[in-house]
Amino acid sequence: MKLLWDLFVSFVLIGTMTFGGGYAMLPMLTREIVDKHGWATHEELLNYFAIGQCTPGVIAVNTATFIGYRRKGALGAAVATVGVALPSLIIIVIIASFLSNFMHIAWIAHAFAGVRIAVCALIASTVWGLYKRNANTWLNAGIALVSFVCVALVGISPIYVTVAFAVFGALYYGGRKKA
Amino acid sequence: MTYLLLAYEFFKAGLFAIGGGLATLPYLMEMSRAHPDWFTLDQLMNMIAISESTPGPIGVNMASFAGFHVAGIPGAIVATFSLILPSYLVILIIVRIVDSFRDNRRVAGGLRGLHPAVTGLIAAAGFSVLWASVVHTTDGVAQFQWLAFVLFLCFFTVQQFKPLQKLHPILYIAVGAVLGVALNL
Repeated sequence: MKLLWDLFVSFVLIGTMTFGGGYAMLPMLTREIVDKHGWATHEELLNYFAIGQCTPGVIAVNTATFIGYRRKGALGAAVATVGVALPSLIIIVIIASFLSNFMHIAWIAHAFAGVRIAVCALIASTVWGLYKRNANTWLNAGIALVSFVCVALVGISPIYVTVAFAVFGALYYGGRKKA
Repeated sequence: MTYLLLAYEFFKAGLFAIGGGLATLPYLMEMSRAHPDWFTLDQLMNMIAISESTPGPIGVNMASFAGFHVAGIPGAIVATFSLILPSYLVILIIVRIVDSFRDNRRVAGGLRGLHPAVTGLIAAAGFSVLWASVVHTTDGVAQFQWLAFVLFLCFFTVQQFKPLQKLHPILYIAVGAVLGVALNL
């Protein structure tokens, strides 16, 4: 029961503090899941993200289901999934019912602009940590750079990039005696 | 009947939208064409703006918003849970497949190739959010927001100091909100 409650609270927190979609929740996820509770390692978190990227559904929800399942089976998965979606539901219903032109209120727009900058910096710090950990060889640094350029500058769908490097990894690393 | 239709449409969106973020958008556009009485394209654009700037995964926010627009609070609940149900079911299946293949050399190699790639993908997502925050386009003229960019650099620098890395991200978000109001961002 305690674990289920912890899962629920953590994912409600993550859902509340995720601004700007799936990847923006990585700093919060790392903090709550890896640092605070030790429910997954940095590597496992990346695996969940990669899998969430190529499977149907919202990435944040997929990741929640994954972590919940690992800790407490189908029930844990349900608790984590509902937890991550619940804040959205409540916040949006409040906004939609009381404020028809919510973003036109000047101070709210300014506050959100500031929040976005803070979130950008959090993502940048997370990426920098990931880069130091994962771009440990020239090949890996190259892979990271190529996927960045493909998605950010060329506009290729992340799904193709994910699939391409999964196949590459399976052929290149998987073909060696010591993987 | 409306609830059933909502459940069906959002289940479909949840099942076929692959890749997160705004991946649900094409399905919502299709919904507005198939059910003109639900919401118009203009209303959809407003929903995106609010969904992107409020907490929570964008796809889930959009479903809550659209569902509320169609049938009030019950509509929001039906749409949101219909959207996340396919994720839940698909991941439960995948987790079993991954477990049975975990020791496979090819699968392990594939995941190893994915780690640096996902790093690049997250960097790309961060870059697009940063770009939207520091470059504002008004009447077709792009303007670089120096203040926003400097603030970003300050936040980033502060976060590199070891003791400050232990601080909860919520603290930075709260400081960002306060500074946003104080500096008229």
